Amino acid sequence: MRHTISVLVENKFGVLSRISGLFSGRGYNIESLSVGETIDPNISTMTIVTSGDDWIVEQINKQLNKLIDVIKVVDMTELDHVEREMVMIKVSPRQEDKAEVLRLAEIFRGRIVDSSPKTYTIEVTGNEKKIEAFVELLRPMGIKEFVRTGKIAIAREGVKKP
Amino acid sequence: MKMTGSEILLESLKKEGVKHLFGYPGGVVLNIFDLLHDEKELQLILTRHEQGAVHAADGYARATGKAGVALVTSGPGATNTVTGIATAAMDSIPLVVITGQVPTMLIGNDAFQEADIVGITRPCTKYNFLVKNVSDLALTIKEAFHIANTGRPGPVLIDLPKDVTTSKAEFHWPDHVKIRSYNPTYEGNKYMITQAAHMIAKAKKPLIIAGGGVISSDAAKELREFAEITGVPVTMTMMGLGGFPGSHKLSLGMLGMHGTYYANKAVQDSDLLIAIGMRFDDRVTGKIDAFAPNAKIIHIDIDPTSIRKNVRVDLPIVGDVKRVLTVMNKVIHDEVKEPWAEVRKAWTKQLDAWKKEHPMDYDRDADVIKPQYVIEKIHELTKGDAIIATEVGQNQMWAAQFYKYDKPRTWLSSGGLGTMGYGLPAAIGAQLAYPNKLVIDIAGDGSIQMNIQELATAVINKLPVKVAILNNRFLGMVRQWQELFFQERYSHTKLDETVPDFVKIAEAYSAVGLRATKKSEVVPVLKEAFAIKRPVFMDFVIDWTEKVYPMVPAGAAIDQMLFREQEVKKPEKKLKAVK
Ligand SMILES: Cc1ncc(C[n+]2csc(CCOP(=O)(O)OP(=O)(O)O)c2C)c(N)n1
Ligand SMILES: [Mg+2]
Repeated sequence: MRHTISVLVENKFGVLSRISGLFSGRGYNIESLSVGETIDPNISTMTIVTSGDDWIVEQINKQLNKLIDVIKVVDMTELDHVEREMVMIKVSPRQEDKAEVLRLAEIFRGRIVDSSPKTYTIEVTGNEKKIEAFVELLRPMGIKEFVRTGKIAIAREGVKKP
Repeated sequence: MKMTGSEILLESLKKEGVKHLFGYPGGVVLNIFDLLHDEKELQLILTRHEQGAVHAADGYARATGKAGVALVTSGPGATNTVTGIATAAMDSIPLVVITGQVPTMLIGNDAFQEADIVGITRPCTKYNFLVKNVSDLALTIKEAFHIANTGRPGPVLIDLPKDVTTSKAEFHWPDHVKIRSYNPTYEGNKYMITQAAHMIAKAKKPLIIAGGGVISSDAAKELREFAEITGVPVTMTMMGLGGFPGSHKLSLGMLGMHGTYYANKAVQDSDLLIAIGMRFDDRVTGKIDAFAPNAKIIHIDIDPTSIRKNVRVDLPIVGDVKRVLTVMNKVIHDEVKEPWAEVRKAWTKQLDAWKKEHPMDYDRDADVIKPQYVIEKIHELTKGDAIIATEVGQNQMWAAQFYKYDKPRTWLSSGGLGTMGYGLPAAIGAQLAYPNKLVIDIAGDGSIQMNIQELATAVINKLPVKVAILNNRFLGMVRQWQELFFQERYSHTKLDETVPDFVKIAEAYSAVGLRATKKSEVVPVLKEAFAIKRPVFMDFVIDWTEKVYPMVPAGAAIDQMLFREQEVKKPEKKLKAVK
């Protein structure tokens, strides 16, 4: 099963390589990884999407916690949470498809961030399902380039169950 | 007062209580070595290879429980430490390894003798540091020792650029360290411990498996009390030898690939395993799906990642072994009323039957020198009161099987990594810590040649280590596998003509060399060696056909063992070595 794991780390030299080295050294896979500073510039958040059975994911969580620079590990998959990813897609539609591209962008609340006589670059933010759906619809229109940020996730501030 | 980085380094080591370090000089550490020239409180032992320095620091650490320290130069000096660091990492041994580095300005430039040692050792250290600013140095050293010694211990590396050793800063030694992201769990959960106590009380066939964690947490006393009050038999992993007295009536000796038949049988038949400070290495479990099929498992370990890593666990207790056992013993004493002695009678009987079925034995009547005989005589003559280091291979297994380790920290052997060349430098480290103890490296003719240069270190520092070479003129352990599983095709394991004359080698280094070629010479040679207050090489020319038994073949369940008795007696063994 797929897990989105949020890791708070000391923002230190080499920390990314410690995390990625843990995954490669132990044969765990990383589907996506995104890193950024938190409000406290000494701390970064890494959001890692990985997959494995419960046994492996339990090990991943524990191994991450064991790294000296890791402050906190949260498996978002176990919590009510919000996930987002951003993609930028450069399409070069035929003349007759141009209107459809713009319509799709609008439906998906995308933004045109660049355009040229032959291309549009569209930015879309959302969860995985939305992005996949958007990409599938755009695919026949001729996708030239495609970049994505990798997932970021945050827990919902929920009402505690009694 | 401002001090240079080199001064801060040495002051910090003294503040940490370091008395000895092992090392090797070079360009970027010249400033540090210059200070060591007049240093009174710190003694640097010059080894003859950086690998030797790290193994010596490791032997020092295993024998004393305190972090060993090594100091080497950049580039090749640093890369030479990697095997030593990986050896310590696999066995959770506390080390602080200080490597020189090219000046900060040059890092990343492929400068002369530059190696990215922080990058290279990231996967085989517990943690490592590159010190970029001299004002961070004292705190870094404090943190390095803290990380190396606490939690699950391990090696820590500090990379020290040359300019940091010469620039100046105020020296502030921190009284304590707090690393917010590093908080090992020491206290076991009391509820879990109580549950465990009741499980143990109810079990009909309980068995303790004690590992290296018993030794690193200094819990031999607590373990013995635990075993004695509950009457539960104890088997040890190779790393756990000495954690429980090998000659105790509850001891079943070592388990695993070359463990005793009765220990392995007990595991497979047990209804409750109490695993203490061990990590279910594949050499211990054999075929994992067939491991301990009838047992519930209680697992006590300080490292949560060891728990449920490769076997299912019914009751995990994360904590320091000593503290967990202390609470456990109290709980058992105060709360547990189950009358286990009666229930366990059948178990004890069964264990005795297995012991009779396949005792640890060898051909005692042989005329040739059997390696097991040498080990037994070493045990007899030292009354089990020596510190034994080993190399790797058959020599190591015979040393594990036929010497009884009654005290912790008397068995120094590379378990997880299985590093040939470990024993001699490790023995030197232990001898430095205990100048009056008898320290013996049980060696193979192959392994001893991997760090044989350290004999010079022993001689010049008057460290009277004894090396018992079980000379079979083969890379014996590999040969054993070739004999059993590769139709006696001895591809590149026959050392025969090229095995050097170890007596002459010893003499060339101004040590003493002795040789035994007949069984009757074994005891006299041992006695003579033990009486000499200098380093001695003993060359025991043993029966090369001897193998380590019993043995669990790779991929088999641990009670599917091969025994010496099953060997088909071939009329005449012809040596078919492949050149
Ligand atoms: C550095 C290293 N290289 C290779 C091996 C693989 N290996 C394991 S045992 C062994 C043979 C050791 O020969 P020797 O020291 O003579 O010991 P014996 O088994 O003959 O007692 C070898 C090559 C190893 N453990 N370590
Ligand atoms: Mg040999």
